[in-house]
Amino acid sequence: MKGRRFYWNWFFERSLAVSGVLSIAILVGIFLLLLNNSWRAFERLSVASFFSLAPWNPAAYDTPSYGVGALLIGTALTTSGAIAIAAPLGIGTAFFLSEIAPAQLRNLLKPFIELTAAVPSVVMGFAGIVLVGPFLARLFGLPNGLNALNGAILLAFMSLPTIVSVAEEAVQAVPKAYKEASYALGANRWETLIQVTLPACYSGLLAAIMLGMGRAIGETMTVLMATGNATAIPQGFFSSVRTITATVAIEMGEVATGTTHYYALFACALVLFIITLIINIAAERVAAQWRKRGQ
Amino acid sequence: MRHVETITIRGSDTEVNLVFHLAEQYMSTDSAVSISITGGGSGVGIAALLNGKTDVANSSRALTEQELALAKARGMTLVAHVFAADALVIIVHPSTGIESLTLEQLGRIYAGDIRDWAEVGGRPGTISLYGRQSNSGTFVYFREKVLKRDFSPALKQMNGTAQIVESVMRDPYGIGYVGLGYIVKADGSLRQGVRVVRLRADVRRPAVSPLNEEALRSGLYPLVRPLYQFTNGEPQGKIRAFFQFEASPMGQQIIVENGYLPPWPEMLAADAELASLKTINFYSDSQ
Repeated sequence: MKGRRFYWNWFFERSLAVSGVLSIAILVGIFLLLLNNSWRAFERLSVASFFSLAPWNPAAYDTPSYGVGALLIGTALTTSGAIAIAAPLGIGTAFFLSEIAPAQLRNLLKPFIELTAAVPSVVMGFAGIVLVGPFLARLFGLPNGLNALNGAILLAFMSLPTIVSVAEEAVQAVPKAYKEASYALGANRWETLIQVTLPACYSGLLAAIMLGMGRAIGETMTVLMATGNATAIPQGFFSSVRTITATVAIEMGEVATGTTHYYALFACALVLFIITLIINIAAERVAAQWRKRGQ
Repeated sequence: MRHVETITIRGSDTEVNLVFHLAEQYMSTDSAVSISITGGGSGVGIAALLNGKTDVANSSRALTEQELALAKARGMTLVAHVFAADALVIIVHPSTGIESLTLEQLGRIYAGDIRDWAEVGGRPGTISLYGRQSNSGTFVYFREKVLKRDFSPALKQMNGTAQIVESVMRDPYGIGYVGLGYIVKADGSLRQGVRVVRLRADVRRPAVSPLNEEALRSGLYPLVRPLYQFTNGEPQGKIRAFFQFEASPMGQQIIVENGYLPPWPEMLAADAELASLKTINFYSDSQ
């Protein structure tokens, strides 16, 4: 006879299946929504002009212009800067936590690092305005600190928890036998770390960096507050930049539905969606490769 | 239980604090009404009104042709109510050495033609432009009135007026535009750390400070603008009562305390023409 347990099992299996399918359906739904609305943008704008360095000025005095080039550069600057800071820091931290720190210290530090993920992005943006920005201005002798570097530093801090926890998992997963073999051959701790552990978890670290990058590229409020939002083509890390995310966030509230501007914002969102999708898929691939090798 | 009527007001960040104080006072006299006020910018408020998501749109600028056409297409009749006037204040960091500017110089600075303070008699250094985002009524007003073309792309677009004040205070080459209410504190004293620039409409006129109320009223100070509240159709019921409260002596006192001016007949007369809208005026009722 089928007991209560059978029905419970049946119920949970089905509900898990439903939630799995649902999350995929939502993702596909978002993609279709973006595609459908962006399509109309490209009926009115040429693809070449959209991806050009023409100014992004939809509310122009005379003729509106929709070029995402400068915005893409803004996003690229803040994200790459963030990764350049967070990757070495995050991986170093991961190595320290899993290989060097005593267990007690590790148990204390790890939750703290993960807790930084809980800092709201408005708070980070505020810190960018009153703390990091003025500090950068003083350090580099700039009139103000509302620039790409400010955004990059804040984003680095925000993507650190992701990078540290994924990287630490990767370091932990390196089989003990590798290290023991290395020690047996007379290698010291440093040599073992650099020449054995690091190559063994290389792809896991790469996945950690990519997931951190995915986190940084999609962040909105912090960059909106801290980078100055100038639409001019950035000249470097000391320029004020406006990212794609900030543009969508700033302008979505005021735009009249059904206008070119409205659809162009969806096109911006689509570009961002595709970039993050590619990064995440690549990260998953790399991670899958590493898991396979670990076994 | 008594029925509480809710009024939603959205829009201009210039107006949000002032309307909040007015509403707070009004609600203390009438417990049957609850007024919720949010900012976001004039453009956001007008879009919300057109989309039926707010009862009142606060706006520091007139409606655009596009918005008027959209209202017409949706069968709405927008009615304007001018409840206060605001002077736009140009602030600079004191170390720029700038005391006064002409309107034309100001326009060329914000358009990016003049890039160095030395060109207008200040301490040499690249000018840092601070302004608002395009959803801001002040952004649009300033562009229409001063630039008559696009802002320089180097304009740093801040999230709110308070952020402009903060940034100009910190940036030795900074210039920004803000509503008078952000410079004059409730006790009548001035915000420290920034310098208020005296403006001249053209080279033949005297440079006047927006802190001089006589210059504002006489029109000598060039950047004085009406603050609007738009409704769909003539305001009725509690909304009407709230607008009447704004025009009452108590409402006017709150407006003055917050650094704004109650509207005066010449300004209203000059503006009704400009807005080419149905306007409603409670000042004649109350006086």
